[in-house]
Amino acid sequence: MPSTKSNVRTNRASLSRRYLTTLRIIKAGATNFVRNMSLAIAAMAVMIVTLTIVLFSIIANTTFSHTIAQITSKIDISVYLKDSVTAKQTDQLVSQIKQLPNAESVEYLDKAAVLKQYEQQNAGNKQLQAAINQTSNPLPATIHIKPRDLNKIQDIKDFLSKPAVEKLESDPPSYSGSLKQAIDNITHATNVLREIGVIAVIIFAVVSALIIFNTIQMAIFNRRDEIQTMRLLGASTAFIRGPFVVESCIYGVVAALISVLIVRSILVTAASTLQASTFGLLDINYATNYFETRFWQFLGLQLVIGILIGAISSVIATRRYLKFRSK
Amino acid sequence: MILLDRVTKTYNKNLGPALDRISLHVEPKEFVVLVGQSGAGKTTLLRLLTREERPTSGKIIIGGIDYDKLKDRDIPLLRRKIGTVFQDFKLLPNRNVFENVAFALEIVGVPQREIRHTVPKVLDIVNLTGKEKRMPRELSGGERQRVAIARAIVRQPKILIADEPTGNLDPKHAWDVIKVLEKINKYGTTVLLTTHNVEIVNKLQRRVVTLKGGKIAADRANAQYKI
Repeated sequence: MPSTKSNVRTNRASLSRRYLTTLRIIKAGATNFVRNMSLAIAAMAVMIVTLTIVLFSIIANTTFSHTIAQITSKIDISVYLKDSVTAKQTDQLVSQIKQLPNAESVEYLDKAAVLKQYEQQNAGNKQLQAAINQTSNPLPATIHIKPRDLNKIQDIKDFLSKPAVEKLESDPPSYSGSLKQAIDNITHATNVLREIGVIAVIIFAVVSALIIFNTIQMAIFNRRDEIQTMRLLGASTAFIRGPFVVESCIYGVVAALISVLIVRSILVTAASTLQASTFGLLDINYATNYFETRFWQFLGLQLVIGILIGAISSVIATRRYLKFRSK
Repeated sequence: MILLDRVTKTYNKNLGPALDRISLHVEPKEFVVLVGQSGAGKTTLLRLLTREERPTSGKIIIGGIDYDKLKDRDIPLLRRKIGTVFQDFKLLPNRNVFENVAFALEIVGVPQREIRHTVPKVLDIVNLTGKEKRMPRELSGGERQRVAIARAIVRQPKILIADEPTGNLDPKHAWDVIKVLEKINKYGTTVLLTTHNVEIVNKLQRRVVTLKGGKIAADRANAQYKI
């Protein structure tokens, strides 16, 4: 069939035409980027700030979580058992506690082990040691429970205050004593901080998206005559819009690269200059390490966010100038 | 080629219509001169043809395309078939002379090799050889006008619409431009020209359509123009 041959040729021609048009759109976008440097710098500056804040908030959030996890791992609940409790009863109690959903780990120390630990902790105090040696071991066997979630400690408390359990206990269980209150405060403070951080990031992202959108719209407004001329010459929507989208995506790429470099240099400087590596709740060394090990993922993430912001805002911003007059 | 049937365009209801039930038929390969005083409706008529404006009422058919049935997304395709020289040139300020002319070809996906071949030829026709690298702001009014003409004819359109293409030119250059239009017309392009220049109209000896107050006051072949 002769038509098949010509069809193939037309398809190939239209394909190479499309390829050529795409190439031209990219080239025009790059040229516009260079020619409109002042506006480009303004748009990129806003984007850099946004991306830097987003990146910082991710790192800070992870570091806070890490800090809380560390503090939480130090807290435990101690259950003191009467000397009369049998090994069987102990085993039963331990396995019951293990089944509690909020019990991360359960550790049983018998009287001898507790004494040994106590001696180690008070190795410097000779008098106390001497006093202990003179009596038979006064310390109770102890079960240490590490909770999974500090905020849900109540279910463990409830279990321990059941009469069946309570009658095995020599003393009321200890919740790390006064430490518990401090940890509660810290947890609460970090939770609030984190919430504030998330809200701040959202607000900032929205505001900067609006600013970027406005900047691009200003760039387009400056060239509205040019757009109209292209329209009158018969340029398709994609052909006119394409270069603007490409240009905005270049903003995104450049901003992503710079923001990653900024965050990196801040972390590296902070880690090397600050004497104390722990800066309040922000463990700089942990943060730096976290960032360094995921450098390429973060770079990729920033590129995706930057390109998305650029592409979406330029598509929306060009829309009203690409409409055909209805009347 | 061009058919207008009782076309009316009203911009503002309080003022009268800019065009009032205009009916006009232009044959393929015809050369039509549109004359009339400022505000007679010449530019409005041309803007209706390029679909910059929609008529308030009436029917427009160009090259078999019925404007009532034309979808917005097909407007670019229509405009690619019509070459237009705008009164205010509408050159792209960030592109040089060569790029301005080449742009008309880039839009329709002409390969670079062909562009490098065609554009110099067209620039030669309008006497702009050697000024390819100039930016529009570095050109005189007449030169800009010629760039606009080069851009309009480079795609070898079936229809060429020229709104006052000689408005800024001295008589010699004006006549050069008209000769270019005549040449294009000879190769088979329908030309629609508006002008104020009495001398040109009289020398051309073509069909003259006179607009007055939004109506066709006269339509004569081989006509002379009197104001």
